[in-house]
This record gives sequence, C-alpha cells and structure tokens, in this order.
Amino acid sequence: MQPFDKLSAIAVPIDIPNCDTDQIIPARFLRRAKDDPTYARFLLHDLRFQADGSETDFIFNQVFYNDAQILVCDINWGCGSSREAAVSALIANHIRAVIAPTFGDIHYSNCIKNGLLPVRLSAANCNHIRIQLHESPGASLTIDLEKQTVSGPDRKGYMFDIDPMDKIRLLHGLDDISMTLEHQAEIKAFERDYRKKNRWIF
Amino acid sequence: MNTPRSHSKTLFEKIFDRHVILTRESGDALLFIDRQLIHDLHYRSFEELQSAGRTIRYPDQLFATPDHSVPTTAKELTDIPQGEMRDAVAGLQGAAERIGFTHFDMTDPRHGIVHVIGPEQGITLPGLTLVCGDSHTSTHGALGCLSFGIGSTEIKHVLATQTLWQRRPRNMRITVDGTLSPGVAAKDIILAIIRHIGASGGTGYAIEYTGSAIQHLTIEGRMTISNMTIEAGARFGIIAPDDKTLAYVYGRPHAPTDEKWEEAVAYWRTLHSDETAVFDKEINIDAAAIEPTVTWGNSPQFCVGISDMIPDPVSETDPATRANMESALTYMDLLPGTPVNKIDIDRVFIGSCTNSRIEDLRQAADVFKGKSVAVPTLVVPGSGLVKSEAEREGLDRIFIDAGAEWREPGCSMCVAINGDVLLPGQRCASTSNRNFQGRQGKGSRTHLVSPAMAAAAAVTGHFTDCRELGK
Repeated sequence: MQPFDKLSAIAVPIDIPNCDTDQIIPARFLRRAKDDPTYARFLLHDLRFQADGSETDFIFNQVFYNDAQILVCDINWGCGSSREAAVSALIANHIRAVIAPTFGDIHYSNCIKNGLLPVRLSAANCNHIRIQLHESPGASLTIDLEKQTVSGPDRKGYMFDIDPMDKIRLLHGLDDISMTLEHQAEIKAFERDYRKKNRWIF
Repeated sequence: MNTPRSHSKTLFEKIFDRHVILTRESGDALLFIDRQLIHDLHYRSFEELQSAGRTIRYPDQLFATPDHSVPTTAKELTDIPQGEMRDAVAGLQGAAERIGFTHFDMTDPRHGIVHVIGPEQGITLPGLTLVCGDSHTSTHGALGCLSFGIGSTEIKHVLATQTLWQRRPRNMRITVDGTLSPGVAAKDIILAIIRHIGASGGTGYAIEYTGSAIQHLTIEGRMTISNMTIEAGARFGIIAPDDKTLAYVYGRPHAPTDEKWEEAVAYWRTLHSDETAVFDKEINIDAAAIEPTVTWGNSPQFCVGISDMIPDPVSETDPATRANMESALTYMDLLPGTPVNKIDIDRVFIGSCTNSRIEDLRQAADVFKGKSVAVPTLVVPGSGLVKSEAEREGLDRIFIDAGAEWREPGCSMCVAINGDVLLPGQRCASTSNRNFQGRQGKGSRTHLVSPAMAAAAAVTGHFTDCRELGK
C-alpha cells in the first residue's frame, strides 16, 4: 500500500450531499476485476456519462481537473452500501484524499484500509473550500498528514482530526493482516479461553 | 440493581467487551469474530487471499450463499446466462468446494438472501459477533447479535485471522413506545426513525432499539428495523433478546441444543442494557403517531405519511438541505404540493433483505386477496424456506391470481444486478431499503414502502393507504 505523507494536488469540488456509494460506483460494475482496463470510467459513472458513452458536463469531466488527486465533498460522503469498489474506483482515478464534513462509517474504514486519506473538516470549511475551488478551477490544495493540516487556495490552514492508529497506518502504508498476526500469541490464548467458556458456539 | 455507574454497560458494550482480544492505546480493539457470512459478489476474495499466501483460519465459521447475482427465474447454475453473473455464482461455489465451508447453493431449499438465511438457519444467534461484506448485516442485530457490514479488505482479514480491528462506537438508544395503528408496519417505524434523525444521524453510533412498540414486533419485524439502521448511518442496530427471540432461535439447525442450549440461554439472559448504562444520545419516538409511509427523494430520510403532500423545498431553512430536496424532486420528477396518493407508479417490487420474510408476504397477500394488479408486480421471497412456507399457506396462489409474478429467492430488484431492473424513468413502489438515484437501474425512481403499501399501490396503480383499500 502506498504510504501517505504530504500531497499537493488539484482538488475537485463535488457539491452532492449524501453522495452514496451507488453514485460513486453503480452496482452493475461490482463484479468487475480491479485490473479491468476500463475501471477508471466506473467512478461516478452515471453522473459522468450519457447512455451512449459520451461525457456529460459533470464537474469531474472538466479539463481543469484532469490531474486532480483530491475531492472536496459534502455531508455524508460514501453513505449506503459497503462496496469497497467505491474506493478502488477513486484510486483508479489517482484520487488519494477525500475531504468531507462526514463520511459513511464503512466507506471511511474502506478508505483507510486502502491508503486513501479521508479528511473530516467542518461543513462550513468544506463549503468555503469548495467555493474557492469553483472560483479558481484547477486550484491545488496541500494536505500534510503528519501535521494534520489542509491548506486551501487562500493559504489558510485547516486542522483536522484523525485517529492516531489510522494515521500510522496511512503514513507507513501498513497492511492490517500483517499487523494482526504480530499478535498471534494473544489471539491463540484468547481463543483457547473463549472456546472453553462458550462451548455453545462451537 | 445498584450497579456502580462505571461498571454498568449497554447491551452493545457487553457483547463487544466479551470479544475483545486486546486494546491498543489508541483505543483500537482487536475483536474475535464468531461467524462470517459471504455472498457471490465477494467470490474473488478467496483467490486474492490465496495469492497473498494466506489461508482461511476457521472454514467452519464461514457460511455462504449466492444472492446478489442470481436471476429470479433461474433454479440452478446452468439457468444463469454465461457471463459475469454466472461467474460470480460459480466462483463462490467453486471456492466452497475447494476450501470446504458451508454453501447453500441455488438448488438447496435453504438457499436465499444472506440476511434472511442467517437467522433462519440459526447461524445468527444472540451474543455473537457476526460480519458480512454487505452493509445490511445490521439486520442480525434484531436477535441481539453484534453484527455489522464490512468491506472486502476486512472480509479477507476475518478469513485469515477470525478477528477484526474495531473502534468502539458511541451508543444511541432509540425508544419507540406506544401502539401502532393497524396497517402500520415495522417498515414505517424505521422510515419514521430515519426521517427523525436523518441519513447521517447514526454515523459513528451503535443504535439500540427498545420500547413497547419494538417489544411487540415479531422477530421478522425487528429484522426490518435493524436492517435499515445503516440507512440512518449506523452500522449496528441491536435489540435485546427476549422470550420471543429465544423461541425463534430454538431448534434451528445451527443453534445449540441440550446442555449447550442451557449455557447459551444463561448468557443470553444477561444481554440487556443495565439500568444505569449511559447512552451518548437518546431518541424517543411515538409509535401511535406513525402513518404508513412513502419516501419521495433519493435518501430514505426524505419520506412522508400517505396522507401528506410532497414537501416544498422553499419551506426548508437550511440551504444545503433545500438544494438536496430540489435535486431529488427533479430526479424523481415530482412537484411540491402533490398529494402522495395521487402519484402514479409503473412497477412494484416486493422482496429484499428488508421485507421478504413470511410475515411480509402475508401482509402483502392480505391486500392482494381477491384483487388484481394494475401494474407489473414482482414478488420475490427471501429464501427457499420462505418460498415453500408461502406456498404451503397458499400465498403464491393469491399473488399469481392477482396477476403478480412469483419468483425464485434472491436480492433481485433491490440492487438490480441480476437482470431484474427498472427502465430509465420508471417509478417503482418497492419494499427494499434504498431509493438512491439509479439504485434499481439507471434512471430508475424508487419509493420505499411497507409490503402492504406496495401491494395497495400495485392494486390501484398509485400510492394508496393500505388501511382504506379493504373498505
């Protein structure tokens, strides 16, 4: 997994409250393999493409955002279905961070597990940043995970909170299974005792 | 009675704490996972795990069934057209044969939607931790089970280690007191709750449902409530097990028996929030005030009673919500002020992990009896066992005589990736759980309702108060 430390990149404002994971990737693409060469097209597909495959004028398609690596979104980003393909579709488009006031719990966790940084800023700050991005299309943001700051086009710094363990996971690109297996002995001891006390489960 | 406050726990905390293997300083807990359910969309997990050089730790604790990709006209694998649907179903079956975990294939009478068959088979039990790569895993909380939806990386983590890292959520209690009016269903309660707290009102919380209206519900009704907890943003929607729960669980194939049953019951009797347990948030809902409900927007929080009108965004003070309402009305092709019962529909879907159990089918059949459908109507039972029970009771005849289609079990038109799909612009009265844009097919317009309300709409061709139809 690619570690995340500091990123300066173009950011796209997405003004959709409660943007569910069905919008991020429609269900009909969920059986596709992650190495499908057309995977990048699945992201926000029905907002970006007409029935004949031609592009709509949806903001993500605009030329200013070709090299974007950050999304700035509205409340409850990634609510709904648990599909991790939503994160895969973001990554296939080189998106490395999503900034939003609130995230769907499962989507937030899926982001962390794939090295994509979810940043929670207040609704007012997200709104303020999105307005600036609309005013200067193609403007960049800088995210410093170590310092937990986002700086906007106005050079103002916004602090964000992140769980210390999630921060370490992202900074070092850690894989959970390897981390867990370091605790083999404790897991085995727990299981022995648990099985003895809960015979009815096994 | 006088439990010290610091030691008193919520129901959720009791089950959570019992499964904690270790806790990091950051607060992350490594939880032991008792059981995992898996469906066809995750068939690639097994190859991915294998290519990472990992093995499945406890195949005995893994239970599989194909549900998302099964056409409801197919009875066996070879009935599925060649292509990605069949690949997914065959892929899961192949993994089960290779690795040796329990798999209810399409020809097995126990086959069905994961969230219907888990409780049916006694795989879901009070006090367990149970996960599945599907957000509606909250369903199993209705039996007092700590169940939650996970992503595909977490699925592989559980397969490899039988554990999962979790952060303790905050606790919310939703108390629904009072008596429901006749014709008002569990679906209407949960829609009223989501309308009250909002689609992100439960984010970061584990919700416990309690109160006389919840206690009066059947286990099936409670599952409808827990199922849609995720639509309020919370991953967990738990209900304390009571005598009804124990009666439901008793004798099911994977439930404990004899001495082990007694041991389990002794533990299950402790599974309730202590009187002095502290909740971070408390919500009270009056059951008597709930009407049969219809959603009108693209988030389940946008719903109104059947006697209401489509709301006007102009009266909304929050500009973001107003914009959200306006865009939903455009997508749904609805005008503010339209009476809900004047909205015509094109299709009806009765099914999904929210409302495809026997009680749901009985409620729909009660409305259909002696009537005919005005629009194409699909009835999809949640499992083979629900199907055969419905047929034993003659419900299938009522549906078929009314002109509805009676199909094979599966997720069907809830997620619409099995061939059951709405055409662009079609409006559907659906007993499923999500009215998102394009959820039932690109350009589809979904209105969520209870089974009786879906049946009433099927009969008249527009939303209709199910309580008035019989008069």
